[in-house]
Amino acid sequence: MRIADALTAAVLMLAGGVVIFDAVRLGIGWGTDGPRSGFFPFWLAVLLVVTSFLILVQTLRSSSTAPFVTRQQLGPVLKVLWPATVAVALMHFVGLYVASALYLGYYMRAVGRHGWFLVLTLALLIPLVTFLIFETWFLVPMPKGPLEAWLGY
Amino acid sequence: MGLENLLLGFQVAITPFNLVVAVIGITLGTIIGVLPGLGGANGVAILLPLTFTMPPTSAIILLTSLYWGALFGGAITSILFNIPGEPWSVATTFDGYPLARQGEGGQALTAAFTSSFVGALFSIALITLFAPLLAEIALKFGPPEFFAIQLLTFSSFVGLGGGNPLKSLASILIGFILGAVGLDIVTGQLRMTFGVTELMKGFDFIVAVIGLFGIGEILLSVEEGLAFHGARTGMNLHVVLDTWKILPRYWRTFVRGSFIGFWMGFKPGGATPASFMSYAFAKRFSRRPERFGRGELEGVVAPETAAHAAGVAAMLPMITLGIPGSPTAAVMLGGLIIWGLQPGPMLFKDKPDFVWGLIASMYTGNIIGVLMVLAGVPLFAAILRIPFAILTPLIVVVCAVGSYAVHNSMMDVWYMLIFGIIGYVFKKLDYPLAPLVLALVLGDLAENALRQSLIMSQGSLSIFFTRPIAGAITTLAVLFFLLPVLTPWWRRLRGVPATAPTSTHG
Repeated sequence: MRIADALTAAVLMLAGGVVIFDAVRLGIGWGTDGPRSGFFPFWLAVLLVVTSFLILVQTLRSSSTAPFVTRQQLGPVLKVLWPATVAVALMHFVGLYVASALYLGYYMRAVGRHGWFLVLTLALLIPLVTFLIFETWFLVPMPKGPLEAWLGY
Repeated sequence: MGLENLLLGFQVAITPFNLVVAVIGITLGTIIGVLPGLGGANGVAILLPLTFTMPPTSAIILLTSLYWGALFGGAITSILFNIPGEPWSVATTFDGYPLARQGEGGQALTAAFTSSFVGALFSIALITLFAPLLAEIALKFGPPEFFAIQLLTFSSFVGLGGGNPLKSLASILIGFILGAVGLDIVTGQLRMTFGVTELMKGFDFIVAVIGLFGIGEILLSVEEGLAFHGARTGMNLHVVLDTWKILPRYWRTFVRGSFIGFWMGFKPGGATPASFMSYAFAKRFSRRPERFGRGELEGVVAPETAAHAAGVAAMLPMITLGIPGSPTAAVMLGGLIIWGLQPGPMLFKDKPDFVWGLIASMYTGNIIGVLMVLAGVPLFAAILRIPFAILTPLIVVVCAVGSYAVHNSMMDVWYMLIFGIIGYVFKKLDYPLAPLVLALVLGDLAENALRQSLIMSQGSLSIFFTRPIAGAITTLAVLFFLLPVLTPWWRRLRGVPATAPTSTHG
């Protein structure tokens, strides 16, 4: 927990530094018609650097030994994260509906170990219902791929 | 005068279409409240794109109804499954779950819903009375006053929010900085884009809400390897009527909870402390405090009344000042802007049918809501019997759809995943998420108010102290910011040993 906490504070300090750098480029003073673009971000970032420095000091002085995440906890978290990331990447190529079907199917089968019948039914039904609600009912378009193009959408 | 307007509002709220919208909103809201990982804020965020084509009044009724539904739904999981759906239903689990284990789940649920309803009604009545007055005062506000109120909003997270004040401050600053990314509308310059075209649009708070609260919450809940151990309910009309016969006995708790809820609620982040405070008071004044925590009905009544009263009260600053009291209200405020309405005191003058329709719909929505949840408990509880391996990917897909629909941009879906990871890490490290979201929403408004104030004063910060209203509010805000520093010092002065900072969620 301590290391993760200190690391986060350090990252925030760094981010604050980057913002200060950009704010100075934009101008932090008084322009022709009021404060320049960098004025507000500059002071926010200065405060962020100070705050995260204090958090860093506070963390390093504490003596918490609890781990940020245990191996048993990280497993399921990654099992959600990496298929979701793959699914989002797939959306660029095959559209949201097909990617969702594959993601739902994969997760239910590989993690939930549900029967094939249930997996296939739900993996097809959920994207289909989403399609009906968004594309046909509320006319909100989602990313589509070759399958939808073939079907004429 | 006020009554006339309210009647006008009821004429708007009680059209068949708006009633159907309310029923749909409450149903979806209750489902969202019951589902782990989805709460009021991201439920409203996901649904927001669907309202773009609706008339604004129906749209706000849909979103507020969803919010009431989510508030009711949180109680179901707390009592039957010992899983607080929202931080403010944590206190409901203390006595709700033991009651359910003893086979009194029906009684506990009836008490929870009825208390929620009473608390909500109390707050709505106060909103009806005070909203026009507050809007009238707010009409006289200039940029310095608005900036002072923003300052007060954020200072109360630091000073009164509980948890680590430094981390609350860091969250606020991160929110404001993220909000500043992209085009500066005043000077037309690009800020913090570092030449990346995708960053020009900046970060949309809706995507941030869906990622931080939706995906982040899912990651956090799978960590525990979730298995639900639900208690059975015997819920029928008989139980409901029997419970209603007992409830008037706790009228003191109802009154106390309502007042605490309203008072804490119109300040940001108030619902959670309100529910705990109300629970603590009920225990303190009870004739049998030893029964609390083992299944005392009053221990369900107290937090639920306060939490729901606070949840409703959070709408008051949103409609009168244009400053949301909770993340959910913040998302609704974003909706208002998208629908082409200018949030703030002018709404009462420009769009009375919208404001009063909204206030009237709070009455109708909560009446329909309490009846629907009382009838639908077995149905809603059944949702939690859906295996986790089906719910998890389903929620992820719903979140992705909601994020994409905001701007039709795949980039937003990636942001959602990144915000999800940030939300997970921040939650674990006790960085509060609500102030981050609020700062992201209010970023532009706050910056403009600050700029205009400084132009008025030619660059001097003294303008926030010399104008009487702004001065009073700013002073209070500064006091709140300094509270975490002053409290230990004050304790030492009085010879009380300083207590270690306790980490409270929410």
